[in-house]
Amino acid sequence: MLKVENLSVSYGAIAAVKKVDIEVREGELVTLLGANGAGKTTTLLAIAGVLRNSGKILFRDREISHWSPEKVAHAGIAMVPETRDVFADLTVLENLRLGAFTRRKDTQGCEKDLAGMFELFPILEERRTQPAGTLSGGEQQQLVIARALMSRPQLLLLDEPSMGLAPAIVDKIFDYIARLKQTGLTILLVEQNARKALTCADRAYVLALGEVAASGSAREISESSDLAALYLGG
Amino acid sequence: MTGQIVQFGIDALSLGSLYALMALGLVIVYGILKLVNFAYGELVMVTGYTLFLLNGSPLPWLVMALVAVIIAILTGISTELVAFKPVREKSVTAVLITSFAFSTLLQNFVLLFISPRARQVPLPDIFTQTVELAGVIVPLRNLLTIACAFIMLGLFSWALKKTVLGIALRAAASQFRMARMLGVPANLIITTAFAISGLFAGVVGILWLGRIGSVVPGIGLEPLLVAFIATVIGGMRSLQGAVVGGFLLAFVDVSLNYLLPQHLLQFRDAFTFSFVILFLLMKPDGLIPGPASGERT
Repeated sequence: MLKVENLSVSYGAIAAVKKVDIEVREGELVTLLGANGAGKTTTLLAIAGVLRNSGKILFRDREISHWSPEKVAHAGIAMVPETRDVFADLTVLENLRLGAFTRRKDTQGCEKDLAGMFELFPILEERRTQPAGTLSGGEQQQLVIARALMSRPQLLLLDEPSMGLAPAIVDKIFDYIARLKQTGLTILLVEQNARKALTCADRAYVLALGEVAASGSAREISESSDLAALYLGG
Repeated sequence: MTGQIVQFGIDALSLGSLYALMALGLVIVYGILKLVNFAYGELVMVTGYTLFLLNGSPLPWLVMALVAVIIAILTGISTELVAFKPVREKSVTAVLITSFAFSTLLQNFVLLFISPRARQVPLPDIFTQTVELAGVIVPLRNLLTIACAFIMLGLFSWALKKTVLGIALRAAASQFRMARMLGVPANLIITTAFAISGLFAGVVGILWLGRIGSVVPGIGLEPLLVAFIATVIGGMRSLQGAVVGGFLLAFVDVSLNYLLPQHLLQFRDAFTFSFVILFLLMKPDGLIPGPASGERT
């Protein structure tokens, strides 16, 4: 479904991602692991059309390397950024409706999906008229995942969904991710909490200093003692 | 006493309505691009000169006013296409210079092809008539300004909350990159913001001309300055802030008009600016700071 070939991204003179190759197949949950500054988020932002890059990004055999973020979204890729980026002044409901911007003419489908989101994330229904900026970190994380799902994406890019959340909330978020995987949704997950990510991933890539240091099935990566010591926090 | 209060209330509300519309027109573009459009005042000028050029045409005045507002909207969109879009992704300085350049270009065009002198614009009688309200003689144009502003603010507020484009505009004002990642087209949002800015400037232009009766090439400077100060007071990132800032600035201006002795009235602006400086020392982010996002488009 997604093929990233020879991807390089620089911030001025600093090369953040160097010749990275990644593949995500239909229905898979692939995780990108690595320490801070390894280039994980940069890779996701390049796929989402936010960062200029060299190399090739193919989505369903179409080259999207130089597409704008809006065009990438219309193609079926939804991004959940690590900074969450809820629209703080907008209500929860408005945030969710905006998530369905690419299919806004399908009003019936959107309403149905909205009900589905409230079923998956009941707290959002309770908070539906509240400005999103007043939600707790965990609630905001649920909101941005639900907002991304409202577009009925073919590929979901999840960036550090556990960042800054209490352990109990992290478990809950990973429980949601596992449920999304069960629905057949293809997911590319960037996560610092490697152990957690590997429990639900099919395959993993380990990035180090902007390059792919290792790749393999989630089991292979988690069982590799060298990798664990070097990149996965022991 | 009651008469004076009514007089003061109508004066402050009327001037505040005008200032609020001016400020909204400026802040709608700032909210999205995080850049001040210094060619904003020229949209008011364009409205005035369109009315002047239509003088003597067989069109009813309302149609002339409508055409003038449409020209202001189109000029607003041109500002984006000519001054902002080509350099949007470059430095802030580049955009500031191009917006100044576009503003100067428009002014010089008028100086060259029309006249540097003031030109009368056609105005219907409603702008010169008065009515008696609670024993006070009130210019009808003041009531018209208040009504016009409240209708526009109401419609604008409705559109921002109830239409998809309105919600997208609000979202883009707080997290432009995120809005784009949800599929909201950047160009549509920015062009819409400039068009709305033109609409507000056009309406402000008509109401402003209704007060002064004639147009000069530099007519846009005062609305630009007022809009800028009002948005700074209200909060540069907040639409509500712009409206509140506009009304507060007008309240200060009108209060000074009433309170200052005759020989100090000529220094009214110095008092107003002193107030603005003091206010900003206490609240540097303005009354309603709005969503924290310094990210440029």
